[in-house]
Amino acid sequence: MAQERRFPIGSPILEVKNVSLSFGGVKAITNASFSILTHEIKAIIGPNGAGKSSMLNCINGIYQPQQGSIIFKNELLSKVNPNLIAKKGISRTFQNLALFKRMSVLDNILIGRRLHMNANFIQVAFQTNKARKEEIENRKKCEEIIEFLEIDDIKNTPVGKLPYGLQKKVELGRALATEAEVLLLDEPMAGMNVEEKREMCRFILKVNDEIGTTMVLIEHDMGVVMDISDNVVVLDYGKTLADGPPSEIRANQDVIDAYLGVAHD
Amino acid sequence: MEYTKNDLINFLLLMIISLLIIPITVKSGYWYSSILIPWLCLALASIGQQIVMGYAGQLALGAAGFMAAGAFACYNLILRVPDIPFFVALALSGLIAAAFGILFGLPSLRVRGIYLMVATLASQFFIVWMIDKFGWFKNYDSSGIITAQDIVIMGKSFTSPLEMYLVIVFVVTVLTLLAINMARGSTGRNWMAVRDMDIAAESMGISLLRTKLQAFAISAFYCGVAGALFAFTYLKSLEPVAFDIKLSFKILFMVILGGLGTISGAFIGAAFILLFPVLLNSIGNNVFHGAIDATIISSIEQVVFGVLIIIFMIYEPLGMAKLWDNIRLKFKKK
Repeated sequence: MAQERRFPIGSPILEVKNVSLSFGGVKAITNASFSILTHEIKAIIGPNGAGKSSMLNCINGIYQPQQGSIIFKNELLSKVNPNLIAKKGISRTFQNLALFKRMSVLDNILIGRRLHMNANFIQVAFQTNKARKEEIENRKKCEEIIEFLEIDDIKNTPVGKLPYGLQKKVELGRALATEAEVLLLDEPMAGMNVEEKREMCRFILKVNDEIGTTMVLIEHDMGVVMDISDNVVVLDYGKTLADGPPSEIRANQDVIDAYLGVAHD
Repeated sequence: MEYTKNDLINFLLLMIISLLIIPITVKSGYWYSSILIPWLCLALASIGQQIVMGYAGQLALGAAGFMAAGAFACYNLILRVPDIPFFVALALSGLIAAAFGILFGLPSLRVRGIYLMVATLASQFFIVWMIDKFGWFKNYDSSGIITAQDIVIMGKSFTSPLEMYLVIVFVVTVLTLLAINMARGSTGRNWMAVRDMDIAAESMGISLLRTKLQAFAISAFYCGVAGALFAFTYLKSLEPVAFDIKLSFKILFMVILGGLGTISGAFIGAAFILLFPVLLNSIGNNVFHGAIDATIISSIEQVVFGVLIIIFMIYEPLGMAKLWDNIRLKFKKK
């Protein structure tokens, strides 16, 4: 990606240092380290069970790593929960879709605006000026996102009734609505066909280009990964195997071995 | 959230019916004191149950406990605070019930589903036990049944069925509008997000602790106010036994049959649960001329409720409110 970027890649925004996570005797992540640079699109790849999703869950505060540290904007994230991480400016999507199934597309995306809406329940109950104003403003923002993702026609449909590909889009929309600085996308294109994948890539690149959001994505489709990411980190058995630009990763013998399944000695 | 033209028309229609047509046409006290008054009181309690269960998705079973808290709080406030305006006492009773709501909502932070239901049963038994145990709450009345004070608003007492009905219509209208505002606004959205997928809600910056306890508190507030009205206008007496587990279950059934996650469902469900036994009785009396024993009729009632709940759970989890919507849509299309 040689062309001029509106938001050039900068210094590390998120650093993962020697993180280890285990569940009882099962080691999900062992001493993994890498960093994510401001405004970049970073892919995390690796075979099944390599600890990719666990890594996102650590960053997101769902899991607490037993060892190591995660540093976001020069601040050590310790004793965190997903709620706190959201407030710090990291948002995410989930591997197996975690949408609010009985709520409409618009309402789902409006939840993404949660941290931009401060009216308390009394103000909402009495529909004070503040509550009304913020509702209108945030609805407008969500309409923009809906238009951007080209899902106008389904905005009032309950999400549970939508096909899988559209649900993935809604989830991206919800994450975008947070206006977080860092988006963690857990397999945003899993189960999509080529056409849908291409569309999703377009959205991801466009957001990164226009707003400068830093993206961390887990993806299995190597074609997609090599195409859209600035840097790729490879995890295998919970360890960082390689970290670098796609061209380097493609030529890395360790990575090739991990994917082809060479016996570990 | 903006009200549509339809909302306004519906509101005006309901107001005209409840404030003009009913007071003018319905003359018999029976209709007010045995049907309309308990219906509105229980519908209000159902809104409370609806908020915690239908919107926030927390299986709570203890609405009657909070109603008891509200009823006895109101009694004691009027008894012990001289010249307290009725509506102030009512609001304070709601707040006292809300405090209990927060306390008994705490288990929701640890357990969910059926386990939470068991945990919230504590509110039901604890509150009723507490009122029974400590004489102070009943003003050391030994008879066990205390007569409720008259409702006095601005020096005028509201004692006839029609007058009490009007007081209730006022309270229920205000609280229902507030509930609708919350349910349609960001507050309700946060509840529903917690209901549908709590981990995602948390990742979007919703605090589960605050949202769940808020739902419990508001729910208990509604139940508390409903309980006070129920005691002062329907029972006209205060006895802890009136707020037993059966009433909690009744309110639960109202919400399930009416439709989880809809405010209108609270009213529809309450009407059904309340009117169905009346209907069965009058069928028993008028069609079979009393040939069917009253105990059998009340058993039939239980059977029908049970079957209906199973049917609704399987085929229409959104309840009668949804059925009604479907019917309306069908007519609109034609």
